[in-house]
Amino acid sequence: MEWSFLLVQALSGLASASSLFVIASGLTIVFGVTRIVNFAHGSFYMLGAYVAVTLVPWLLEFERSPTLFFVGVLASAIAVGVLGVVMEVTLLRRIYRVPELFQLLATFGVVLIVQDLVLLIWGPVEIAGPRAPGLRHGVYILDQRFPAYELFLIFVGPAVLALLWLLMHRTRFGVLIRAATQDREMVGALGVNQAMLFTGTLFLGAALAGLGGALQIPRVSASSQMDLSIITEAFVVTVIGGMGSVPGAFIAALLIGLLQAFGVLIFPKITLVLVFLLMAAVLVVKPWGLLGRPDAAAGRAVLPEGILDPGRLDRAGKVLLALGLITVLALPLVDAYAVKVGTEVLILALAAVSLNFLVGNGGIVSFGHAAYFGLGAYGAGLLVVKAGMPMEPALIAAPIAGGAAAALFGFFVVRLSGIYLAMLTLAFAQIAYAVVFQWVEVTGGDNGLVGVWPSRWAASREVYHYLTAVVTLAAIVFLRRVIHAPFGATLRAARDSAQRADAIGVDVRMHRWLGFTLAGAAAGLAGGLYAFSKGSIDPTLLGIPMSVDFLSMILLGGIQSVLGPVAGAAAFHALKDFFLPLTDHWRLFLGLSIIGMVLVFPRGLAGAFASLRRRPA
Amino acid sequence: MADTVLDVMGLRAGYGPAEVLFGVDLTLARGEVAALMGRNGAGKSTTLKAIMGLLTPRAGSVRFAGQDIAGVASYRIARLGLGYVPEDRRVFTDLTVMENLAVGRRAASPGHPAWTPERLFEVFPNLAEMRNRRAGAMSGGEQQMLTIARTLMGNPEAVLLDEPSEGLAPVIVEQMAEAVLRMKDEGIAVLVSEQNLDFAATVADRAVILEKGRVRWEGPIATLEADEDIRRAYLTV
Amino acid sequence: MTLLAVEGLTKRFGGVLAAKSVSFALEEGEMLAIIGPNGAGKSTTFNMVGGQLRPDGGSVTLAGKDVTGLPSRALCRIGVGRTFQVAQTFLSFSVLGNVQMALLAHHGQTRQLLPDAAAMHRDAALALLGRVGMAAQAGRPIGELAYGDVKRVELAIALAAAPRLLLMDEPTAGMAPFERAALMALVAGIARSERIGVLFTEHDMDAVFAHADRILVLVRGEIIARGSPEQVRADPEVQRVYLGHSGTRAAGRARRTTHG
Repeated sequence: MEWSFLLVQALSGLASASSLFVIASGLTIVFGVTRIVNFAHGSFYMLGAYVAVTLVPWLLEFERSPTLFFVGVLASAIAVGVLGVVMEVTLLRRIYRVPELFQLLATFGVVLIVQDLVLLIWGPVEIAGPRAPGLRHGVYILDQRFPAYELFLIFVGPAVLALLWLLMHRTRFGVLIRAATQDREMVGALGVNQAMLFTGTLFLGAALAGLGGALQIPRVSASSQMDLSIITEAFVVTVIGGMGSVPGAFIAALLIGLLQAFGVLIFPKITLVLVFLLMAAVLVVKPWGLLGRPDAAAGRAVLPEGILDPGRLDRAGKVLLALGLITVLALPLVDAYAVKVGTEVLILALAAVSLNFLVGNGGIVSFGHAAYFGLGAYGAGLLVVKAGMPMEPALIAAPIAGGAAAALFGFFVVRLSGIYLAMLTLAFAQIAYAVVFQWVEVTGGDNGLVGVWPSRWAASREVYHYLTAVVTLAAIVFLRRVIHAPFGATLRAARDSAQRADAIGVDVRMHRWLGFTLAGAAAGLAGGLYAFSKGSIDPTLLGIPMSVDFLSMILLGGIQSVLGPVAGAAAFHALKDFFLPLTDHWRLFLGLSIIGMVLVFPRGLAGAFASLRRRPA
Repeated sequence: MADTVLDVMGLRAGYGPAEVLFGVDLTLARGEVAALMGRNGAGKSTTLKAIMGLLTPRAGSVRFAGQDIAGVASYRIARLGLGYVPEDRRVFTDLTVMENLAVGRRAASPGHPAWTPERLFEVFPNLAEMRNRRAGAMSGGEQQMLTIARTLMGNPEAVLLDEPSEGLAPVIVEQMAEAVLRMKDEGIAVLVSEQNLDFAATVADRAVILEKGRVRWEGPIATLEADEDIRRAYLTV
Repeated sequence: MTLLAVEGLTKRFGGVLAAKSVSFALEEGEMLAIIGPNGAGKSTTFNMVGGQLRPDGGSVTLAGKDVTGLPSRALCRIGVGRTFQVAQTFLSFSVLGNVQMALLAHHGQTRQLLPDAAAMHRDAALALLGRVGMAAQAGRPIGELAYGDVKRVELAIALAAAPRLLLMDEPTAGMAPFERAALMALVAGIARSERIGVLFTEHDMDAVFAHADRILVLVRGEIIARGSPEQVRADPEVQRVYLGHSGTRAAGRARRTTHG
């Protein structure tokens, strides 16, 4: 390998790092001030690219000058900044005080809405952007040709870093942002209008994302899948750098850019895995990221709203439970479609209860629970399709696969807490997704595998339905039992006060790890059952949207009740099944529903039910 | 009443389902130092937070400088000239001393001499030596000084001071008392919540005693010092 | 017999020496207070003894056994109970549930998956609550209690592990004067009757001078004075850097009211 080649490789790594930093800096600034991890940041990036591929060619019609190109790029960034303001005023303002899980979900609702709007406005076909006038040529570096535009990008990152530093340290707005990053309430009590500060911060953050997107148009076409791929990378950068730290984001972006540039030479297919390994390594040594700080609010002893409170079932609850059971058993008498939906609801209910075992009972907000569900499905499916095994051992393998993956990822996850933990679970789910997606020889890649059928005795829909009912209900009853047992109580105790749990002799990390593994195994079992109910498996079972579905179910059901997630799974799945075929814009509909749910029912169906009944007659 | 700067009537407030204040009435005269006393959980901090708009009052009126401020956003209340010093210090630890002061800066009302960092450093000489130090690298006592100085940068007419002596070494408490007396000399009215009778007696003219969210006793601080029955009934020192 | 022996504990944060060769000993049934200005290294010293911080140098010996650097969950199992400056309890549990949880941990039953936790150790938990005068409140959610009562429950939680040594970080912080005296009297009573050693930090001079058997004064990470309350109160250096006029006065008053 020649030095010149390595140099060019390094330069292209720096160019990617620079772009990544511009985007991630916006995410980290917005998090610092508002304490919201904005899933829609990737959507702002995508919108920046789409606005630029529309605006810049129009401007270049007048004159093909570099000036007009950059005027167009900056105008796109400002336009996206204005959209950030719209989001702050219409949505974020209403959710600053709700738990972080709901904030993540609400901003994910925005992601879904923007995806559909982009398809409506710009259509499904990718749009290539114009090259930058004056920067279309190549530069020769040690005989290797390197695009001038990439060279220009290398300087953008440091320039943005310098401008942000000046803004943060030399302007009143910047000093106020840094103060608000630490203590918003106190800033307000000193006479600063926080609403204006937050709106200004969202403008800045969204504009940086838009700038990042607009600067990409000479390199990549604008497409409607840009958002989720970039948001994962931006999450990784902010987590490695330390949430809220702009210089940290810069260092992390450099590390990742270079790692990807050279990693591709060594492991061409699994650069993503390398990036995540870097993240895992950093977080084990520095749990709050390279330049991050433990959240000041983390130590406050406040009772989080809507946490699980395991009460005994009262009479109304028992009646509802009995009705539900009768429905499950009677479904085969209705029709084949009802049986199919009923089977799916049972499986999803188990997945949702296993997730709530972590979120509600353990305070472990997993944003990547679909990974264990999906790996359970693959564990069972691969045994049947590739090893020719029958259903019975495959169904035993499913929870083992889900539990083993949860044990592996959980080892890192339980070292963190709060929003860091949520982002790490998401990142691990994306690794699992990437492996399944890229390892085509074994997993069938994007297409997945077909032929995952139950054994002959369970082949009919009705028998499989009863089999599913027995297995899922047994698992749910078991998880409920564990919640009331010393192990469940210990997880709750560690959730309420890790410090106190430690002082009474509990190994908090070990218990959380065991809990994470148990929940992963239960989700894996659900995944295995799901594979046989469908007859096929594909990577969407592990995707972010699937994880969000599970979270929506427990949110809809109410995380403070043990069996609420069962109701949530039923309601969510029935709604989705009913509306999905009726509209082309199901993402828009789902996004609006999720946001509506967060705003209207922060305590879920079970919470709404409880407060209705508590109201004096 | 021209010389009343703060007038609270029938103030009710609480957290979630819990009620803490059940109709608090109190006034603060211009240039006066009053001590808000009472046992822990009596509602002292809650009263100050509800006046400041950090907690939305459920009922009652709060008049400051002639305007009704009940339910108004805290930044607007601060802009009217009411300062607030929180109980647990809450300096901006990542910012320097000068930057902390800059966050608190607001223009003075016409006719009043404005507080500047230089004038504040005369009152708090410790701070002068560390103007470019990160607040997080300061001791607890120095941080407490900084929170007061930061509030004074807003040129307030009146200041709500929440438990300034809590958790501080006795020597530092003495310095805090001097700072409060200096504020009084500058004509600033101070409502200070306090459990420490020695401290209250040093700085305040008048005491207002809260119990279970209501005002139970009000009078000159000297009377309180002399009357053991009142102390035993409401403070039990 | 010496319960706790601390030898030459040292801790640096960055370039700052937070604790500089701190040594002291504590007997069974003795109450030892650490006082000093904010940032003097009290919490650092305390957390090194309690297992929250690993010392850079020195040793901690409990009843003849070297326990330096052991995490607090391990210290708990060999008889060290702890209360915090801001009371740490399990907010979603009832008062009784909090103590039951501590007993579950003490009996090593936290990994059991099937039995009903609410039915375990009820009587023992009620007895512990009785010792701190909180049995009547057993069924209430802990979040509803007055702060002084929460501190009592926290003491019951710490006693659940049958400790030989209690570490109390500012036990009376945030409490009303009336509650302070009652809590300290309760602690002193339990310590003396059950031969439990108590190491505590405190800013409330009434609490310190009324109940401590001995006092250590820590300034800038070093012990500048140690001895009986009378000796410490009379020390001119302690008066200058820590007590001031009001602290000296309060100390004198506290000694008179408690000990005549």
